[in-house]
Amino acid sequence: MTKLKTLYDKIWEDHLVAQSDAGDDLIYIDRHLIHEVTTPQAFEGLRMSGRKVRNPKATLGVIDHNVSTHKNRHQGVEVEEDSRLQVETLRQNCDEFGVELYDILDVRQGIVHVIGPEQGFTLPGTTVVCGDSHTSTHGAFGALAFGIGTSEVEHVLATQTLRMKKLKNMRVLVEGSLPLGVTAKDLILAIIGEIGTAGGTGHVIEFSGQAFHDLSVEGRMTVCNMAIEGGARAGLIAPDEKTFEYFKGRPFAPKGDDWDKAVEYWETLKTDEGASFDKEVVISANNIVPQVTWGTSPEDVLPITEQVPEVSNDAVKRAIEYMGLIPGQPLQDVKIDKVFIGSCTNSRIEDMRAAAEIVKGKKVADNVYAMVVPGSGLVKEQAEEEGLDKIFMHAGFDWREPGCSMCLAMNVDKLQPGERCASTSNRNFEGRQGRGGRTHLMSPAMAAAAALKGSLADVREYQ
Amino acid sequence: MQKFTVLKAKAAPMPRANIDTDLIIPKQFLKTIQRSGLGKNLFNDLRYDEQGNERDDFVLNQEAYRHANILVTGENFGCGSSREHAPWSLLDFGIQCVIAESFADIFYNNCFKNGILPIKVSSEDVEQLMQAAENKENEFNIDLEQQSITVGNHQIDFEIDAFRKHCLLNGLDDIGLTLQNESAIQDFEQKRTKQKAWL
Repeated sequence: MTKLKTLYDKIWEDHLVAQSDAGDDLIYIDRHLIHEVTTPQAFEGLRMSGRKVRNPKATLGVIDHNVSTHKNRHQGVEVEEDSRLQVETLRQNCDEFGVELYDILDVRQGIVHVIGPEQGFTLPGTTVVCGDSHTSTHGAFGALAFGIGTSEVEHVLATQTLRMKKLKNMRVLVEGSLPLGVTAKDLILAIIGEIGTAGGTGHVIEFSGQAFHDLSVEGRMTVCNMAIEGGARAGLIAPDEKTFEYFKGRPFAPKGDDWDKAVEYWETLKTDEGASFDKEVVISANNIVPQVTWGTSPEDVLPITEQVPEVSNDAVKRAIEYMGLIPGQPLQDVKIDKVFIGSCTNSRIEDMRAAAEIVKGKKVADNVYAMVVPGSGLVKEQAEEEGLDKIFMHAGFDWREPGCSMCLAMNVDKLQPGERCASTSNRNFEGRQGRGGRTHLMSPAMAAAAALKGSLADVREYQ
Repeated sequence: MQKFTVLKAKAAPMPRANIDTDLIIPKQFLKTIQRSGLGKNLFNDLRYDEQGNERDDFVLNQEAYRHANILVTGENFGCGSSREHAPWSLLDFGIQCVIAESFADIFYNNCFKNGILPIKVSSEDVEQLMQAAENKENEFNIDLEQQSITVGNHQIDFEIDAFRKHCLLNGLDDIGLTLQNESAIQDFEQKRTKQKAWL
């Protein structure tokens, strides 16, 4: 009998170049996405050792982390000098080493994890890496995708491979379907609340069950995006008809005969029935309520109907103090200053639609500054075609140009000390959105409801 | 890369879990295009107040630990972003070894690429080593070849992957090693072109 394999086992074996006696494998990398922040030192390393980029066509560059999101950014508005230098360095490196780059005026520019799939550069069954931990996003299509450090970026540029030990298999099985008003973001936050931020360390998590089957591919991207917040370097969801349909006709997707051959291969990309996992967690979708984080780690998460927890240990005490909350205070009473709708977690067209639906014909609360940052130029274009930009602007939102923006605050979009933000991003770490800033993570619809109410809100009362 | 063989040094105690890479080196320092010079901003927001003055209560600002080369800390150290600026800033400050119950995967990996030794030990051992580090007189002796941590008469052994140990002991560059597999990479690429022409 042949050994039963998980989806991860299959993709790994398909990319095995060589094995060493020491137990580490050499893995082939099909797709490498690069951006301005984690690559300058890698290209410098290549130059110093006289090496080339082995396969420039397998490499795609984009500017996203520190770009201004102002509409006149191409004229230098809200552009900081050190950011400009980093962007210019990427331009020079891409030019020198023959790598395609989506620059600031290119409609295809956007957040690296939005544009990869959007262009069909990411495909099922491929290995995808990027010097960014949220590369796990691409696992939504059945690609083995994970973040790497700059030394590994240099290694992939030079060799198109990575030297690593195979990780363990973990499965998160979610039974049942999500209730109305509960989204992919609520689901992944609830999962992280359950397994903790180190729950998936050393593992690749495969998400399976009805709830993921029901999700759109964009919802699945939100789930896999935050696999890293659950400690797993990669998340995986087996590709299906929805996945294939998504890629049809995209610029880098296979065409003609190649398409049929590719689909035939993609259909084999699923875990064999009865294959075993090193770790398994089963969760019921039926009882999940819209989620919001209260603390400074993504595992500090609760249903919006709950209260700020009582102090039970030093970590909780520190988190509550940093967040400026009162134990026992209802979460829905927590006033906010800013709303950020964007990031590689939630900046795709469905996220825009979900938020717009809540704010249509209404006004952002007086005490709140709210911004929407689409994930790419193409998402922005699509949203404008659907009139979503007008809905947001009439409600009082700022409608911005694409980039990572206030998810990590490497440009001028940031919180001031003590400011509190309802955010659709992925990390609520201390200082993440600006020194002293306070972040509450939630879905786009929840963030939209918070913008209207001026405090954390239960979106189900606005639907 | 610098070799790591034996390290005899002071260890700074940081008894806190889930220290993320944003805390290790905040985003405003990621705009550099160099590897060096990040040490002064290691743990920036914990180390300095809003005016840029040192916070007396932060361990690395205390005289005994200002030149520590080892960090003893809580579980899930280095979680969050993949930024290699985190190990770069540790190394630039002088930290060559981090001891914790567990590490986030990407950070753990990044350490080895920079000659930093991350050591995983049990929670009981972390507790003991934390106490040992809190005594300002103590020096830690880390021996990678022997896979041991010694403080005074007390010795703790640790596990480490054989290949990673080999690379650290010899300061080996990964890329050079991988390029010894050039023919295997070429064979793989030919097979791939045949089987998956769409890539």
